[in-house]
Amino acid sequence: MRGPRTLVAVTALAVAAVACSGGERDDVLTVVTHDAFLVSDDVIASFEEQTGIDVRFLTSADVGTLVTEAVLTRDDPTADVLFGIDNTFLSRGLDEELFLPYESPGLANVPTEFQVDDAHRVTPIDYGDVCVNVSRSLTASPPTSFEDLRQPEYSSQWVTQNPETSSPGLAMLLATIAAYGEDGWEDFWIDAADNGVAVTAGWTEAYFGAFVAGGGDRTIVTSYASSPVAEVALAETPIDSPTTSILPDTCFRQIEFAGILANAEHPEAARQFIDFMLTDEFQNDVPLNMFVYPVTSTAVLPAVFVENTTVVESPLRLEPTRIGEMRDEWTARWVELVLR
Amino acid sequence: MNRIARMLALLPISFLAVFFLYPLATILSRGLLGDGADPMATLGSASLWRVAWFTLWQAALSTVLTTALAMPGAWVLAHRRFRGRALVRAGAVVPFVLPTVVVATAFSALFASLGVDDGPISLAQSTAAIVMAHVFFNYAVVLRTVSTVWERLDIGLEDEARMLGATPWQAFRMITLPRLAPAVLGSASIVFLFSFTSFGVVLLLGGPRKATLDTEIWRYATQRGELDVAAVISVLQLVAVIGTLVLSTVFQHRYSVREPTRGVSRARRAVGTRQHVAQWLCLTSIAVVLGGPLVALVERSFRTSGGYGLASYRSLSAGEGRISVLPQSASEAVTNSLWIAALAALIATAAGLGAAVVSQRGGPLGSLTEAAYLLPLGTSGVLLGLGFLLALDDPPLDLRTSWILIPLAQALVGLPFVLRAVLPVIASIDERLREAAAMLGATPTRVWRAVDLPAIWRATLMGAGFAFAVSLGEFGATVFISRPERLTVPVAIFRLLGRPGTAAQGQAMALSVILMALTTVSILVVERVRPRGSDGW
Repeated sequence: MRGPRTLVAVTALAVAAVACSGGERDDVLTVVTHDAFLVSDDVIASFEEQTGIDVRFLTSADVGTLVTEAVLTRDDPTADVLFGIDNTFLSRGLDEELFLPYESPGLANVPTEFQVDDAHRVTPIDYGDVCVNVSRSLTASPPTSFEDLRQPEYSSQWVTQNPETSSPGLAMLLATIAAYGEDGWEDFWIDAADNGVAVTAGWTEAYFGAFVAGGGDRTIVTSYASSPVAEVALAETPIDSPTTSILPDTCFRQIEFAGILANAEHPEAARQFIDFMLTDEFQNDVPLNMFVYPVTSTAVLPAVFVENTTVVESPLRLEPTRIGEMRDEWTARWVELVLR
Repeated sequence: MNRIARMLALLPISFLAVFFLYPLATILSRGLLGDGADPMATLGSASLWRVAWFTLWQAALSTVLTTALAMPGAWVLAHRRFRGRALVRAGAVVPFVLPTVVVATAFSALFASLGVDDGPISLAQSTAAIVMAHVFFNYAVVLRTVSTVWERLDIGLEDEARMLGATPWQAFRMITLPRLAPAVLGSASIVFLFSFTSFGVVLLLGGPRKATLDTEIWRYATQRGELDVAAVISVLQLVAVIGTLVLSTVFQHRYSVREPTRGVSRARRAVGTRQHVAQWLCLTSIAVVLGGPLVALVERSFRTSGGYGLASYRSLSAGEGRISVLPQSASEAVTNSLWIAALAALIATAAGLGAAVVSQRGGPLGSLTEAAYLLPLGTSGVLLGLGFLLALDDPPLDLRTSWILIPLAQALVGLPFVLRAVLPVIASIDERLREAAAMLGATPTRVWRAVDLPAIWRATLMGAGFAFAVSLGEFGATVFISRPERLTVPVAIFRLLGRPGTAAQGQAMALSVILMALTTVSILVVERVRPRGSDGW
């Protein structure tokens, strides 16, 4: 380095490079996703080969940030397709008129329970359940319902997440509202708080901090229905069967959707991509990458999922519009009741 | 001012205007002037003022503790030569680059192993935990900035004071401290800003009951979709930050003495038992502040289900061309991180040097511009990220989805470090040297190169090292829209920790240790670079 002149020259070059890289308008389909999105490279390569459309992905942060960014850039979106908005954030996206309607022929293979929006502004792609998970190291006989979590034998065993900062935390709050009704859920949480429920800001601190999986001493945790599967599939050292199980009666269903953004530059290519996301090729790739379940009835689950999944027969649900209306009020009330 | 100085002045100001003031103004006006915005209702909420008060006092406490705890360490680095001195200086920066999620994990592990995570004395989810993490993160700012200046202070004045009968304490308080004040106050204000706008530490270590203005801005903007409320809280945050900066500038002018240094290092080898004991006590203080969490981290990275081993490190490279649950491989992430950090450090150093030259010339205006460059440290990263999305959407600055945005944003945070490192040194250069050089016929550029540059080189490199480290760390990673093929190490760690399965947890720890090693080596290398003819320094 030779003093200030070099520095000035290099910086000028850098700024020039920035200026030149601006304003590119290419014919590439852009898909914006939350940061948990993952798809195999060969699956995307196959789409590009079949259609002649090049795809590039953009990664945002969590779902809330993803939706906020899409709302702010609605008139001039950064992408053509948005993937990852779920039923807890759906009404915000629909109210803000983020999406163009499109009814994909692939929906013929998707059970109607997942087709939440009759106007097809969003298309269901995958789903997962947020459930109470229990470790085998719990010495008492495992609980089976929310009602059990009020009992003294499970005192100071449960760790959940703050619904104001965590997606599974919010789903768990919604599960209790669906289970006890809008009049009964508050009493449940008052009892849970008295029974020593612990609260963390996010999933990681709960599962790998307070829960026994990460060396903590809590044996009950709010997590996903696929968590026992992940215990086996993503173990540091191979194990045959999961060390945790789920309580099927405590599960709230989260459905993830994709939508074509209003003002998208490539709406036709976007429609083809939505179609592709409902093919077996894409759907079969979903479980092992994102640890959620495919929505089509024709998709085939990997063996590790088949062997270790506890099927949730009747998950708890709430109308997305009702969630949209009440979410902020419910979470604020929850904070008052549980965190005081 | 000559031509180069003018260019230098223009560069940092336009950089700040385009990449900070403009995006911030855009997002704030969108929030404040949008439909249904009701700033008075937000400001009338008692809970907001509770949050504001908590934000303020925890930041003040963190700053005082960080500064006090760093002084013994700064003393030993300035006064003693010993084997591994460069390593200690470089290694102290490591906490800076560690993503907050990793540090939170390390602290929790530490609390558990010390038995203070539950029961009568519990540090879990406490304000104490937040403050401890702030000290851990920011310790190096004071340690490195102060020791660099201290080492070059003219020791003769202190000797004279002692000879005239002053006690060591009197000599320190009346002779040394005023001359250290610019460095102490300068680094302390950076620590304050970092603690004041702390986000991850508060969320992860403070638990769900603790909130700062920054976590509230994030919550309202992204989780509740109430940009108007987020904007109002941001304005409140900015007002507090500006107030602090004005105060620190006033203090600095009142209490600091700027005088020529001789530029000779005062570091000597310890002689005799007393000096050795003092040296080891001070080094121990550094180890106590930084050691616990770092050791806990390294330990975790080697832990496997069957004792200790390299399983986590091996599995990082085991995937088919990528880490199992991420879009890229570990080595790709490392390469991305290094490139982006180098670019960010370069931009920050160039702009920071320019800003330093302007600030030291201009009296009150100089102080004002100096304070302006610190503002990005005191601004919500989330809001600024959203501002970029809104503001930089038209050619020639359609950068919303460009990777260049990441080093540019990181350079905003790195710039104050360069500025604050260089300013005290530049101010201490004897003006007579410049005059003499000019009288002998040197052009202004030549004067700058012959007089100023050799003097500020060390400080510049130290600041550049910080800028590099800041960029290697987490800032912005959580808000900016990025390309999956631009995966950086902190983002990879963050995502691994958010994945199910014990394998990812071990990999995250291994990757953190790699990041630590990478940082230490990079800083060691950067600080060894010397301009020709300045070896005597």
